[in-house]
Amino acid sequence: MYEFLTGPVLWLTFAVFFIGLAARFVWYVRGLDWKLDRVAYRQWPKYGIRGALRSIGFWLLPWGTRSWQVKPVFTLVFFAFHIGLLVTPIFLLGHNLLLDERWGFALPTLPAGVASFFTVMVMVAGLFLVIRRIALPEVRILTTWYDYLVLIIAVAPFATGYLAANHIGDYGFWLNIHIVTGIIWIVAIPLTKLSHFLMFFLTRAQIGMDYGIKRGGMKSKGMAW
Amino acid sequence: MPEGTLCNKQHVNTEEQLQALLADKSGKTYYEEMKSLDVDQDKLAKTLAATFKSRLKTWLSICAHCGLCADSCFLYLANKRDPKQVPSYKIQSTLGEIVKRKGRVDTPFMIHCMDVAWSQCTCCNRCGMYCPFGIDMGVMFGYLRGLCYSQGFVPWELKIGSGMHRIYRAQMDITTEDWVDTCEWMAEENEEEWPGLEIPIDKENADIMYTVNAREPKHYPEDLAEAAILFHLAGENWTVPSEGWEETSLAMFAGDWEACRMQVESVYDAMKRLNPKRMVVTECGHAYRATVIEGPYWAGLKNGQTPVPSLHYIEWLAEALRTGKIKIDPAKKIKEPVTYQDSCNYIRNAGLADTAREIMSYIAEDFREMQPCREHNFCCGGGGGFNGLGRYRPERNVGLKVKRDQILATGAKLVISPCHNCWDAIRDLEEVYKIGIRWSFLKPIIIGMAIVPDHMKPAEE
Ligand code: HEM
Ligand code: SF4
Ligand code: SF4
Ligand code: SF4
Repeated sequence: MYEFLTGPVLWLTFAVFFIGLAARFVWYVRGLDWKLDRVAYRQWPKYGIRGALRSIGFWLLPWGTRSWQVKPVFTLVFFAFHIGLLVTPIFLLGHNLLLDERWGFALPTLPAGVASFFTVMVMVAGLFLVIRRIALPEVRILTTWYDYLVLIIAVAPFATGYLAANHIGDYGFWLNIHIVTGIIWIVAIPLTKLSHFLMFFLTRAQIGMDYGIKRGGMKSKGMAW
Repeated sequence: MPEGTLCNKQHVNTEEQLQALLADKSGKTYYEEMKSLDVDQDKLAKTLAATFKSRLKTWLSICAHCGLCADSCFLYLANKRDPKQVPSYKIQSTLGEIVKRKGRVDTPFMIHCMDVAWSQCTCCNRCGMYCPFGIDMGVMFGYLRGLCYSQGFVPWELKIGSGMHRIYRAQMDITTEDWVDTCEWMAEENEEEWPGLEIPIDKENADIMYTVNAREPKHYPEDLAEAAILFHLAGENWTVPSEGWEETSLAMFAGDWEACRMQVESVYDAMKRLNPKRMVVTECGHAYRATVIEGPYWAGLKNGQTPVPSLHYIEWLAEALRTGKIKIDPAKKIKEPVTYQDSCNYIRNAGLADTAREIMSYIAEDFREMQPCREHNFCCGGGGGFNGLGRYRPERNVGLKVKRDQILATGAKLVISPCHNCWDAIRDLEEVYKIGIRWSFLKPIIIGMAIVPDHMKPAEE
């Protein structure tokens, strides 16, 4: 089972991941229309690129935008959640041992304590996001079952990985469940709302170009995100 | 497919249609007829297929439902944080539903969409600045307004407004003759006090072609005179076109994109005809947005630029003050606390925040910023047509509270507001809430404090 999941299934998983994201990229960019969107995307590359980079860059910094600044607690949780989500799986020792064994290369790895801390951080932050969805009326009215599903998909490999790594319960069982939830995690990125992994950069680039080219970028230092 | 005689899917292209609509006081019959106006579902589905592309699709589907946009919307704040006023909710429950049902929606639902699109959003675009994905509900509501308009679900005043643009190329029934007469009248009226004052009409190759908001010739002709006086003081070589002088666009508020195009093309034609070096737009926010920012796209101009470079009035004024074309008497600067209403349309959506501050630095001794300000400023409460819609007057008045509190917090009693819509909203705000403030455009204030060189003064008796 383990061999099969980390062998052919993993190949297929990554194929879906990369092809899916590539398809999303192509579909999005081809669907941009200068006349319908009312942005002269191609005519002003300098303003367009500047606007796009500013729009992405400021939003990647937790203090970079007024929106982040006015919600410090949410911002902290959001960044903790995402740093944990992205950094832990890529730089985990166990994943890189497997990577080395199967594909013959490995990345630098996190010390065990840090990895464990990040894993707990993701789970705690995930719980916070759930509570927030229930507690705040302005978030509750927006929330659908799909939002919970996406949260569960995102956090599941962390919970199962934590159980396996700490030998809580049956190690072999939790390891297999961890791999399955991990595969769902990767496949879900191109196929669900988790596609924001890529789409974040595209929508931010788009609105950045909109402001950079059309809405003031040529007459100011750039949008004050 | 029943259609009303007043409320229907037809464009208002004739005087006759216009008069019939105007005769229907407050749109009573119009809104009655709307209740039985059918939705052309096939046409709606076709329009979606042709115009609902990846940008909007992605915005609707990627929304994380995180609620970060809630606090950004002044209408959410003014309505005691009613969750139904969260920007994401407003668009998901209207446009989102139309898309989900592929256009299979009924008449009551379209009326609901109309009510939300015109009374719960002013298209101020502030929410888009607070969304991590840059999802701009203002843009989407603009799109939804277009869908509603194309099906005949548009507030009565805006059906009339877009008809005016179609018939007169102005938001009001002002003919070329009326306009030219007003210009001549204002020049004569002020000639005595300002010897040599002119309002040159259709002069070719001038440095500046000046264009206005139709309300000025119709209701505030002195504004036109003030513009002439300031150009005269600054020694500008300027002109106004006899046709293509109107910058505003009720058609934009209505979502009547064809009328939008017709309107801006009249101005662009004037540019081509008169070949000025630059165009200057009067103190109006949405007019600048329509003709300078959005207009080139309606007219299909690929580079997104107007045929000649275009300036908002505050850009011209800042330049005139900076270069000393107009000099301010330091003794006459505004001494009392004064604040400035940042208009969404030329500040957030056109990058002129610094220009406004530059002007204030020349004319005010105690300038107080509203909080938040600049690109982050709240809508005055009356944008996107909201000010002028009788059906939504109570909702508009509630919406004014945020601006009221922002102004009160500055401690200033004078608000400078170089935007017609903002100016109206602030006037109405004073009328409704009586907080003891005054409000003004820039032109009269500058005339009151400019140094007039001796040779420009009337000869001594
Ligand atoms: C570079 C990559 C990523 C970026 C820039 C990014 C950015 C964002 C943004 C802007 C939001 C929405 C706003 C918010 O909730 O405040 C969000 C939400 C979310 N992201 Fe990501 N994300 C990334 C990768 C991921 C990945 C890889 C996952 C998991 C597979 C993930 C899971 C989630 C979840 C579950 C939410 C919803 C949180 C909630 O319930 O409020 N993200 N992300
Ligand atoms: S801030 Fe953006 S992602 Fe969050 S609910 Fe509002 S529109 Fe959706
Ligand atoms: S555009 Fe302005 S009024 Fe409309 S939903 Fe967004 S913040 Fe509210
Ligand atoms: S009226 Fe003024 S403040 Fe309100 S939306 Fe228009 S420009 Fe913005």
